[in-house]
Amino acid sequence: MASLITCPHCGVRPKEEFTIRGDASVTRPSPEADGEVWHAYVHLRDNPRGLHKEYWHHTSGCRRWLVVTRDTVSHDVIDVSDAGALA
Amino acid sequence: MDLMRYSALSVFLNALRGNKSWGPAWRAPEPKPHYDVVIVGGGGHGLATAYYLAKEFGITNVAVLEKGWLGSGNIGRNTTIIRSNYLLDGNEPFYEFSLKLWEGLEQDFNFNAMVSQRGVLNLFHSDAQRDAYTRRGNAMLLQGADAQLLDRDEVRAMVPFLGFDSARFPIQGGLLQRRGGTVRHDAVAWGYARGADRRGVDIIQNCEVTGIRRKNGRVVGVETSKGFIGCGKLALTAAGNSTTVARMADIALPIDSHVLQAFVSEGLKPFIDNVVTFGAGHFYISQSDKGGLVFGGDIDGYNSYAQRGNLAAVEHVMEAGTAMIPGLSRIRVLRSWGGIMDMSMDGSPIIDRTHIDNLYLNAGWCYGGFKATPASGWCTAHLVANDAPHPTAAAFRLDRFKRGYLIDENGGGAQPNLH
Ligand SMILES: Cc1cc2nc3c(=O)[nH]c(=O)nc-3n(C[C@H](O)[C@H](O)[C@H](O)COP(=O)(O)OP(=O)(O)OC[C@H]3O[C@@H](n4cnc5c(N)ncnc54)[C@H](O)[C@@H]3O)c2cc1C
Ligand SMILES: [Zn+2]
Repeated sequence: MASLITCPHCGVRPKEEFTIRGDASVTRPSPEADGEVWHAYVHLRDNPRGLHKEYWHHTSGCRRWLVVTRDTVSHDVIDVSDAGALA
Repeated sequence: MDLMRYSALSVFLNALRGNKSWGPAWRAPEPKPHYDVVIVGGGGHGLATAYYLAKEFGITNVAVLEKGWLGSGNIGRNTTIIRSNYLLDGNEPFYEFSLKLWEGLEQDFNFNAMVSQRGVLNLFHSDAQRDAYTRRGNAMLLQGADAQLLDRDEVRAMVPFLGFDSARFPIQGGLLQRRGGTVRHDAVAWGYARGADRRGVDIIQNCEVTGIRRKNGRVVGVETSKGFIGCGKLALTAAGNSTTVARMADIALPIDSHVLQAFVSEGLKPFIDNVVTFGAGHFYISQSDKGGLVFGGDIDGYNSYAQRGNLAAVEHVMEAGTAMIPGLSRIRVLRSWGGIMDMSMDGSPIIDRTHIDNLYLNAGWCYGGFKATPASGWCTAHLVANDAPHPTAAAFRLDRFKRGYLIDENGGGAQPNLH
């Protein structure tokens, strides 16, 4: 369930401690990139029914950015990793 | 006489016959091989689109394909609030058009939808918020809607049991739209379904669309759980599943799906006459005719297709509710549920054509799509019939995100879970 998130730094923490940024599969384009590319980055989403990688910020904890892999149908959390480790 | 037209006389005559002559409110047809227009999604917007296509635009060779049963989506899950209290030019004329349609809807489709203009009161708690609501009220008046700013004493006379003296969020007044209110949500689905069916529209339940077949850059039909169904034009009205359905035509949308929860209490004697919304947190409440308090708050905040939420949001809603009405703490909640909504990147909807000539999109309704149902149906039917937008829906373009013409009521930015 998405009520509890196991932060790799802080352990099992309640959802209220986190800020959800959303889709972690989009990559910020270079400043010179075409308008179309920026539009896709800022606005367009896959919004899958199933596994979704998303950025969660542990705002009221260690303040690290995490990547949470979650099932959008069952709400099961499959994996939580530090975003820095994945970059 | 036509016993299927509902009236006092038909109730009387049917009663004389022991109520054995009532027919089903709509047929259960098998799909035909081809329709002029196919509509994907039998929620409020799909059914209203079909109804107005048949009634206002004379297009009756239409099918509505619904993967579940009528009312299984958000049309049967929302908190039933209708209002036209928007700020921005792109929105307010459309929602006022919708409120006017609500006012005549029951006569129009001959069905009791319990439209109740009991007033919607938005509380404010600070000077800055009063200024913002004054501005909003003026914007509403400019578009021909009604709006009235109440001071603290006037609010107290209306709803005396609010937490006026809360130390953190004292209530300073409210913006009242008297013509706002509530409507029995599933009766809206049934009324439109019956009205469309009687004009020749086929409503096909348990028929999931799984693919959109194209040829030479045009849609020729849809693959469904009941086989291939051909069409001249295709309209997508799949609410929380818009991205899934649009992807079948290789269209990516500026939308994430989110779950919003709602709650009903045990039945009480008449308690709250109006719809009241909190200004210091997300909370809104009304009382159903059965006596249950109907209330809700914010979305859970993560992408979801689950039609159920989690406890963090439940706790948040209860905290906001008891902050606004301290007496709520003594009331027991009977049930709660969730619905999946399209949260768009600017919090506003899309009614537009797509790059595929005969494919039309109705999506992105966020929390606000129930009140929009009549106008959304009318404007989508207008678009499908005329290939041109209805004047009140002209701002709901799909390409506005790329062009920078966002309609962002609360200035939340391109972050769907903040709208
Ligand atoms: C808890 C909650 C409270 C709300 N409260 C309010 C409120 O007070 N006021 C307000 O204005 N709005 C409110 N809303 C928002 C409003 O309910 C929605 O924006 C609106 O109902 C969406 O339009 P619809 O009725 O067409 O959606 P739906 O009823 O969800 O219709 C979409 C239909 O498409 C079908 N579908 C999806 N995919 C397929 C497919 N592949 N093939 C066939 N069919 C498919 C679904 O089964 C569904 O029946 C609320 C929403 C929720 C969840
Ligand atoms: Zn942490």
